[in-house]
Amino acid sequence: MAPRALPLAGIPLAALLLDAYGRKVLVSTLTFALLTLSWELLAMTGIVSLGQALFFGLGAYVAGALNHALGWPPLVTVPLGTVGGAALSTALLLPVLRLRRIYFSMVTLVLPLILVRVIEATKVLGGTEGLHGLAPFPGQPVELAVATLAFWAALFGYRRLAGSDYGLVLQGIRDNDRAVTSAGIDVHACRAQALFLASAAGAFAGAFMTHAYMFVGMPAFALDYSILPIAAAVVGGVGSFAGAALGAFILVPLSEALRGLGGLRIVLYALLLVVFTVALPEGVFHYLRRKYEQRERWVEVEQ
Amino acid sequence: MWQGTLVYGFVNSVVLALTALGFNLTFGIGGVANFAYGALYVLAGFAAWFLGRSAGLPWPAAAVLAVVLTALAGWATCRLVLLRVRGLELSEVIATFGIGLAILETFRFLGLVGFEYTLPALVEGTVEIAGTFVDAQRLVIVGVGGALAAFLWLFTRYTRTGLAFRAIAQDERTALALGIDADRVAALSVAFGAGLAAVAAVVILPLGTIAVESGYDVLLNALAVCIVGGLGSAAGVVVASFILGYAQVVTATALGPHWTMIVSLVAILAVLALRPSGLFGRQKELEERI
Amino acid sequence: MSGPLLEVRGLVKHFGGLAAVSGVDFDLHPGEVLGIIGPNGSGKTTLVNLITGFVRPDAGRVAFRGRDITGWAPHRVARLGIARTFQMVRPFYHLPAYKNLVIVLRSPRVRRLAGGAWGDLDEVAVDLLEEVGFERDSAVPWKAAGALPHGYLKRLELARCIALRPDLVILDELFSGLSPAEVGSLVPLIERLREEGRTILMVEHRLRELFRIARRVLVLNFGGKIAEGPPEEVMASEPVRLAYLGGE
Repeated sequence: MAPRALPLAGIPLAALLLDAYGRKVLVSTLTFALLTLSWELLAMTGIVSLGQALFFGLGAYVAGALNHALGWPPLVTVPLGTVGGAALSTALLLPVLRLRRIYFSMVTLVLPLILVRVIEATKVLGGTEGLHGLAPFPGQPVELAVATLAFWAALFGYRRLAGSDYGLVLQGIRDNDRAVTSAGIDVHACRAQALFLASAAGAFAGAFMTHAYMFVGMPAFALDYSILPIAAAVVGGVGSFAGAALGAFILVPLSEALRGLGGLRIVLYALLLVVFTVALPEGVFHYLRRKYEQRERWVEVEQ
Repeated sequence: MWQGTLVYGFVNSVVLALTALGFNLTFGIGGVANFAYGALYVLAGFAAWFLGRSAGLPWPAAAVLAVVLTALAGWATCRLVLLRVRGLELSEVIATFGIGLAILETFRFLGLVGFEYTLPALVEGTVEIAGTFVDAQRLVIVGVGGALAAFLWLFTRYTRTGLAFRAIAQDERTALALGIDADRVAALSVAFGAGLAAVAAVVILPLGTIAVESGYDVLLNALAVCIVGGLGSAAGVVVASFILGYAQVVTATALGPHWTMIVSLVAILAVLALRPSGLFGRQKELEERI
Repeated sequence: MSGPLLEVRGLVKHFGGLAAVSGVDFDLHPGEVLGIIGPNGSGKTTLVNLITGFVRPDAGRVAFRGRDITGWAPHRVARLGIARTFQMVRPFYHLPAYKNLVIVLRSPRVRRLAGGAWGDLDEVAVDLLEEVGFERDSAVPWKAAGALPHGYLKRLELARCIALRPDLVILDELFSGLSPAEVGSLVPLIERLREEGRTILMVEHRLRELFRIARRVLVLNFGGKIAEGPPEEVMASEPVRLAYLGGE
């Protein structure tokens, strides 16, 4: 029971104890945690996304564009950015979903890189400059609250989904999609649904950050948004949402602490990825959970 | 006027083909989508630069050594990392992605950015062809491209290793049953692909500077060419290179250089939506493995 | 109802230069058990894949209850009530046996047959396992599928099929890799399916066991039909003996 209480109580507690800078880091952590949870949901369905930045960037631009062009406030543009970003992401990736998984991974890697170049070339949506002076949230407490609520919704929502029969079907699609098809289930539709749900969390993160920084530009599609979630999931333990979140809560503050290293950080994430993928596939979360459960387990001895 | 487009389009196509050949080889044979490919390309460039400028080796020697070193780097990547996760597609993808990213961003971090990072051309000067002036180096590229294509054709048909490559590509299990060491061949195919990337780098980079961004561009272009042509098909790479090569040059002339990447985007999405296995792809999109 | 349940006309499929199936015709009547036999590589599994939608035919027609289902996606075919097993049994290894069935039960067809709602699929799954002979109080339903022996996995595969309450059951080499005793335990299950009014198509290599259940048999060789009829008649015919035993 204890592990479940941690994210619920821990975050408001941290918010009260931290200073203004600490709270900014917390917000950033929550955003990356959303991207990581999103990655984890896709991985659960058997989809490897190398381009979380795609969801982030699309959500960011939808929210930013609506605010810039129509002046709508964040509490309207963020939900619209979430849904719009998710819809755009799903639409773009729909043709690739049918194909072999490696194609999907390749296209997710490549799309953010291409979209950046498209924006640069066509100069739409602010071009290289981006859109500045966008509306902020009405106060930092609201900003933090919105991020926390979204994180809780994603964490507990996705976990609930994973435990449901539908979640079981998604995992079945990951393990043996022919068997699931032969049951009469439209596997492609299920994958599309999972993609929409997962990209929504990523798009929210992007839309949220647009208003947290009052700016949206080409950096919204930066590789950092693609690679850190994977590193976090791998470190925390692929295969569980709690692990994914834990990974983010480890890596993002660490990343902040190592701010002085600048561009070297992304190298470290990348190397971390490789090391953990090869040497420690279990990840930190499962290791800790095993230890936790070992401490509590009673062993029945036959009389 | 149009002769310029014709000539430059041709050169651009060969450039694309050169860069895509290595990637296609590794994927078609080893089954490994080597996302570190672009990084190896840039690695070769910098290796040649350091060997030539800092170590003072004569340029041709530096170039050859760079190719060998890059091939070794590819081989090491396979043996140390990829073989440990062979068969786990998720891990393979993440691992190569991580390595490629680490290499490229390390270069960026070390500040290897600037106009001093150029490679000398093999042949200086310009040549006039059909009324347009073309750098001699571009003709070298075409020559090297043709020679490489011929070499690969002969290699995969008349040498044991080359035939082993094709065997593994067609049916790994049967190849194993015939005594072909699949792991060794996979490592070799990654090394080969890396070597090809290096050859492309050494010949193409003299046209400009060695830029970290070109690592991502090369990966993007290689992917586009291979997807359009069909992963695993050498003929596909050639045909797709020409289609994309000319499309890029025409777009650049008509709309501006920034638009060339949009050609790749449209090509990728169009092919995947309409004919996912690519023009000559032998890989079926819905696996018919039973 | 009148007319055959399944009509197959002129099905053709080429893989590269190889003709896996080259013009197969047959009818399947409601309630019958049809066996499909033939040497290795004769196209039996490809035929099943063509009928169930896993492979698109190059030519030909498949009709179910008079409705043209040629080239339909496999999930749509399954929703009509055509269930199949797979030659290579691949359960969800790390999931308990009953959870393997829950995945299948969460099918639109099951929901429709249940009157619009799935209900407690865990319970339905355990009941289903009892139908194929795994008692509720045995450890089996709760054991990870990966821990079950091959024979049990075949029964699980059959349960997967039955879960859809299909009208047409296609068994692709269900008996392969089983001992005669294990096959013997599966035969009553198949018989019961027939008694319940389902139609069964069985691709098999184990001829002796097949002929106990199937009254009519189709023989394929090199992708074409070379004989059709009652087992004794078919096995005595010249082309079939040549196919199995080769020339002089």
